[in-house]
Amino acid sequence: MVPLDHYLILAAVIFAIGVIGVLVRRNLIVVLMSIELMLNAVNLTFIAFSRHLGSMQGQVIVFFVMAVAAAEAVIGLAIVISVFRHRQTLDPQEMQLLKW
Amino acid sequence: MVAPTQTVATVDLLRWMPLIPLLACLINVFFGARLGRKTAGGLACAAVLASFAIALYVFWLLPATGIFRDTVYTWIESGSFQVKLSFQVDALTAVMLLVVTGIGFLIHIYSLGYIGHDEGMIRFFVYLNLFIFFMLLLVMGDNLLVLFIGWEGVGLCSYLLIGFWYQDHTNTIAGNKAFIVNRIGDFGFMLGLLLLVTELGRQGVWTLDFMELQKHVNLLSPDKITLITLLLFVGATGKSAQIPLFVWLPDAMAGPTPVSALIHAATMVTAGAYMTARLHFLFVLAPGTLSLIAIVGAATAFFAATVALTQNDIKRVLAYSTVSQLGYMFIAVGIGAFSTAIFHLFTHAFFKACLFLGSGSVIHALDGEQDMRKMGGLKAYLPTTYWTYLIATLAIAGAPFTAGFFSKDSILWQAYSSPHGSTELWFVGWLTAGLTAFYMFRQLFLVFHGECRADDHVRAHIHESPAVMTLPLVVLAVGSIFAGWLGAPEYLWGSRWNQWLQPIFGGVHKAAHGSQADEINLTLLTLAIGVLGFLLAYFAYGRASKLPGRLASLAGGGPYRLLLHKYYVDELYNLLIVRPFTYCSRWLAQVFDPEVIDGLVNAVAKGARGFSLIWREIQTGNVQHYLAGFLAATLALLAYFFNQQ
Repeated sequence: MVPLDHYLILAAVIFAIGVIGVLVRRNLIVVLMSIELMLNAVNLTFIAFSRHLGSMQGQVIVFFVMAVAAAEAVIGLAIVISVFRHRQTLDPQEMQLLKW
Repeated sequence: MVAPTQTVATVDLLRWMPLIPLLACLINVFFGARLGRKTAGGLACAAVLASFAIALYVFWLLPATGIFRDTVYTWIESGSFQVKLSFQVDALTAVMLLVVTGIGFLIHIYSLGYIGHDEGMIRFFVYLNLFIFFMLLLVMGDNLLVLFIGWEGVGLCSYLLIGFWYQDHTNTIAGNKAFIVNRIGDFGFMLGLLLLVTELGRQGVWTLDFMELQKHVNLLSPDKITLITLLLFVGATGKSAQIPLFVWLPDAMAGPTPVSALIHAATMVTAGAYMTARLHFLFVLAPGTLSLIAIVGAATAFFAATVALTQNDIKRVLAYSTVSQLGYMFIAVGIGAFSTAIFHLFTHAFFKACLFLGSGSVIHALDGEQDMRKMGGLKAYLPTTYWTYLIATLAIAGAPFTAGFFSKDSILWQAYSSPHGSTELWFVGWLTAGLTAFYMFRQLFLVFHGECRADDHVRAHIHESPAVMTLPLVVLAVGSIFAGWLGAPEYLWGSRWNQWLQPIFGGVHKAAHGSQADEINLTLLTLAIGVLGFLLAYFAYGRASKLPGRLASLAGGGPYRLLLHKYYVDELYNLLIVRPFTYCSRWLAQVFDPEVIDGLVNAVAKGARGFSLIWREIQTGNVQHYLAGFLAATLALLAYFFNQQ
């Protein structure tokens, strides 16, 4: 049986990749995908603990996270399309109007 | 000293006395124009007449040692401290009521004729009724707060009426002067009032009620009483035009003449004397204050009388004469002879109102002329005015068996014989009596005797005033003779007056020295100087004479100029107070406010702006920067909590 540590290390690595992707990528679609990575890293942690502790609660929460993530992806992509239609770009560095 | 116990009875009628004039005032404010001038004027007079009728009825009901009381409602309630809107009538208030409503009524009637052609007539009667309302509050209030409301209210009405003809700028300025000078006095009055309340409160008695105050006055320390009475006296000097706050009263003559008669001679200006009499139980415990009051009164009486000698404006002479007579009242207050002070107040109200209304009749006849040098010989044109004026002049000069004779001699006798009096006080009062006779007869001769010096076109229009104006004159002239008979000295038929007020003031001081023979002798001396004043006036002004010119150029004309310019008091106040004050205000407005105050406010704004200019740089609008910050903060928090464990 794969020990708990391995799951957690894998989840941490995926989460870190997601964070870096969110912070540094220059394409909004990739940023959104990175967010999905972070969410799934968290899901992995939940599942691992659920199995390790023999409790179903973690798995229930994961279903909720997946449902919310689906909704978020829908809205996020809709915004991305709308932004692209207006600006012909998806670079977050070009979107700096909301400031003083 | 303690007065005999007084019985208190509740009489609901009392509240209507001030209320009716107030109602008439309000009706005239809102519907006056619709009612028409005649109805509005009639309503105003009827309201005061109603008050007078109630006053008479109450006076008739009032037992010798009784107090009537009428509580409308409890106004302020805070723990054991209660202020009620309630009225009381005792012997002292009853006298004031009769003066205010009685003479007020006569002057209302007179005003119908005097102001009847003025476009502001309805406004005038609104103010007059409002004045009567406030004056009644002042004299009827059974606690200091109601008195104070009346006190401030009459000041307001005085201001409104001085500036009645507001198109003329000098009138507005005179109104402002009266108001501001009165504020100074009122400030002292208010301080005294607050000090009295808090000091008594510190002893556990929170009250403003006169009867309660009188009961607990012994709780106060003598120092505090002296301070309180001094502050209250500052208020009295403002309202009653004593040195040093008298300057507003002569200028107040800018108002219509009935106003001068009602407010600035008969009623409002006597409020100071009334207040000291009402609070006599405080003042008698402060001998230091009393002697100061006597000195101020004597100084004012003499000083104002000398100024009156040289004035040429008919109303200004009367104004200074009023100041002088008020000085007499304060002499009486200062020696503790409160009932005598009120007696002089009472008689003075008659003859001074008569004189003012008479002068109003003269001014009316001469089409607004007030300069006595342009009058003369009016006796033939204005017979009724002349005879009433003559009677009132005799009364104020103290001719035997007129009102002024009894009250003034009574004051002089008290000043001489009372334990608080002194020969010096008597002497100043005596000298003033002579001056009074001189300036009053000078005025009489200048106005009514000799050649008519008016312009031809004015002379063609001279006419006796209508009956609505002469009738009050006649009534007041009758009063000027008989009002004094109530307070005759012991060697004649004795004073009903002192008997009447005895329950309040606890009787008159026994003479410390001096016998009845002395009293008669002093009276004769006063008569002598009065006659001397009359003769001097007769030889100087009663017939063609070079005497006035010679008197004027006495000692190089210096004294004359000094008096003519009223001792330069106005100029002095201008120099010492008004100018530095306006200079300061101007500096504050033009330098301090824009530079310092605005500067401070702008500096704060600039600082905030500069600070934000730096800090707003971190708001880039780039969502990835925010997220980086978010991450850093999360990591920092995590590190912090792990270290904690």
